Amino acid sequence: MKITRLIIVAVGGQGNLLASKVIGEAALQSGVPVGMSEIHGMAQRGGVVESAIVFGDAQSNIIADGEADVVVGFEPLETLRALNKCNADTIVITSLAPLSPSTAITGSCPYPELKKLQAIIRAKTAKLIAFDAAALAAQTGNVLAVNMVLLGALIQTGTIPLTVDNVKTAITTISKQAFAASNLEAFELGFSAAKTSG
Amino acid sequence: MHRLLKARPGQKMLLLGNEAIARGAIEAGVAVATTYPGTPSSEISMNFFQISLETDLYFEYSTNEKVALEVAAASANCGVRSICVMKHVGLNVAADALLTLAYVGVKGGLVIVTADDPFMFSSQNEQDNRYYAKLAGLPLLEPSSAQEAKDMVAYAFDLSEKLQEPVIFRTTTRINHSTETVIPGDVQAPQPRGDYTKDPFNHVPIPAVARKLHARLLNRLKEAEEISETSAYNISTGNGRWGIVCNSVSYKYVVDAGTDLNMGGKTKILRIGFSHPLPKALLKDFLKGCEKVLVVEEGEPYMEEALKAFAQEEGLTLPIKGKSEELFSRLYEFNPAIVRQCLAAYFDVAYTSPAVPDLSDLPEIPQRPPTLCAGCSHRATFYVVKKAAEGMETICPTDIGCYTLGFLPPLSMGDFLICMGSSVGTSCGFSKVTDKKVIAFIGDSTFFHSGIPALINAVFNNHNFTLVILDNGITAMTGHQPNPGVDMKALNLEGYGHVSIEAIVRAAGVSQVAAIKPYRVKKSIAAVKEALNYKGVSVIISQEPCTLYAKSLKKLRGKPFFVGEKCKNHKNCINELACPAFFIQNKRVKIDPTLCVGCTVCAQICPEKAILPLKEKS
Repeated sequence: MKITRLIIVAVGGQGNLLASKVIGEAALQSGVPVGMSEIHGMAQRGGVVESAIVFGDAQSNIIADGEADVVVGFEPLETLRALNKCNADTIVITSLAPLSPSTAITGSCPYPELKKLQAIIRAKTAKLIAFDAAALAAQTGNVLAVNMVLLGALIQTGTIPLTVDNVKTAITTISKQAFAASNLEAFELGFSAAKTSG
Repeated sequence: MHRLLKARPGQKMLLLGNEAIARGAIEAGVAVATTYPGTPSSEISMNFFQISLETDLYFEYSTNEKVALEVAAASANCGVRSICVMKHVGLNVAADALLTLAYVGVKGGLVIVTADDPFMFSSQNEQDNRYYAKLAGLPLLEPSSAQEAKDMVAYAFDLSEKLQEPVIFRTTTRINHSTETVIPGDVQAPQPRGDYTKDPFNHVPIPAVARKLHARLLNRLKEAEEISETSAYNISTGNGRWGIVCNSVSYKYVVDAGTDLNMGGKTKILRIGFSHPLPKALLKDFLKGCEKVLVVEEGEPYMEEALKAFAQEEGLTLPIKGKSEELFSRLYEFNPAIVRQCLAAYFDVAYTSPAVPDLSDLPEIPQRPPTLCAGCSHRATFYVVKKAAEGMETICPTDIGCYTLGFLPPLSMGDFLICMGSSVGTSCGFSKVTDKKVIAFIGDSTFFHSGIPALINAVFNNHNFTLVILDNGITAMTGHQPNPGVDMKALNLEGYGHVSIEAIVRAAGVSQVAAIKPYRVKKSIAAVKEALNYKGVSVIISQEPCTLYAKSLKKLRGKPFFVGEKCKNHKNCINELACPAFFIQNKRVKIDPTLCVGCTVCAQICPEKAILPLKEKS
């Protein structure tokens, strides 16, 4: 099976690991070979969380620089930081809702302008899909559903070997019951947003 | 029922490497599990802890790794299958026990899990713990995947019982924190009760006994080598004249690189999973069939040096390479691209590396260092101590925990660190040879782990410093594990004692002891000043629960604050505290009400008293 390499970057607390779990579960249930690797050291202390997910016939489950087919960023600055994982054929999906790191807040290094940030990513990759995932999550009444919004956008691109139904089933299985409905709604909103934000 | 207990044999599931290790031990009927938490090993013991609440498994968070190993050494010597889990540097702490336990041996299976951390994702060094197996003379197993980790842990218990020696099971972060498909196996019923047969002439290593035991250990090592020669964990594939010897996660990268470079038919791979003692005859045979050999191993040239020695014994002159300036580094971790590149270079295979975009024109990207949480009590303590020490020239040895982050600006409290507990020991040295005021920081769990002997040393040898014990009532950084100072009854967990830090400090002979509540800024500064002015050893115990933990228990009582109209934009709050709840909007400081936990520290230090409680909307 063709190898597809996906990187998800986020700030600790944004639900990156849950999104990876859903993807893993969906792959398992549909018989797609999958391997994932995460760095969760100081995730809860506001650091960066990176998941690497490799589908298909590969043994390795980490992704070297320049070798990601798809990059999903839950936070625009982190998407920019992950550009080293991209190449000219990479598809990038990012939320446009910034979470300023302490270094930007205290003014030692300014947060890059969002327009410029998008222009850079666009220039160096095949395609950028960018929208405010936090606003869409808020629409579902669950601000924590940013992960599901972006998962919806990812599935819309058809870049990873999982179907809408696979993923929706996995969302229902893995979400806490109270959040299952809002997570599915968030997934749909992200799916639609990706159609129009390319 | 716990997920790992519910798992049905034969039914594929996705498991984190650490979950797979825990499941492997359960399948082997482990009855005793001990640990001191440490990334990347922590989820193994977290799972044992949860499983112990539902089964007969005895699990404990021990005060440190040495104690954890001693507990497990004794239960294993009663014939009870036991496992002891720690991060790589934990084995340094346990080394004293380990090296003589190898002489004394075990009766029931004892597996020691050491989780190495190449690249130091969350560690202070990247030591290669394979050398501990060599140093102690113990068998060493290294898995390459989650499935293999599960199977191999179960096998490690059998191997340990066969050899009557503990087995070291070594992982790296990429094994611990990878999630892969695993097929669970059958669970063997644990035998939780054991018996001890007195055997002092084999169990009490006075010199005369130890001399005999060392000879016995060497015999057992010989037996282990024979097992390694035919071990199913030393896997040979392919049949070319180019040889690759690899281990652990590198094996995956080698297999993928071989595919990417179309090297099938030209290479043969020997994956070593039983890596101490190395299968000498197998490796010599392998060398004899090769034109040249590349050794792919993260960390130190452990196998490479052995292979070169084996080649010398056989009079072989083929090139054997691994670590060199042109090939693999001893630094950090590998990835598929590094391995592909080195294979292509060494075997002279055509290869164009993928085009990484030119990033030279990127604007400077602000770093996102981990920070103390919004409202973290450590921030309050650091602020208080900093204010109390104003005007003094200080040296601040720090220790291992979330509070290590206090070394970052603007708090900048943390000057020197070596290992768990080193804040106290090094304070003795700093205060002896300098005239500066020495102020040490240590967390509650680290104090129990290895701060106490150094504190006693300080009292006995009459040293002069202030020790600040940051007591947030939990082992926070590794994921909120309990420690002896935690009130377990409050967590609805029965059967635990409780140890008072203050009682220990006083019993150690410290007379200048004060407990503070760091959110009460003025009062705390006064108490710390008194401690700092004391000649001799003084101790401040700063008590406030971990905010993140309190939040997870839904025990946070504070209400969010906001910056009111009186604000004159001095920015003392943001510049001196740098709490992540602050942000700047239109050049004014704002507080994110979803992050603010109402610790009130910023409200207390605001010169305009402009930071006020946010009234709940009616």
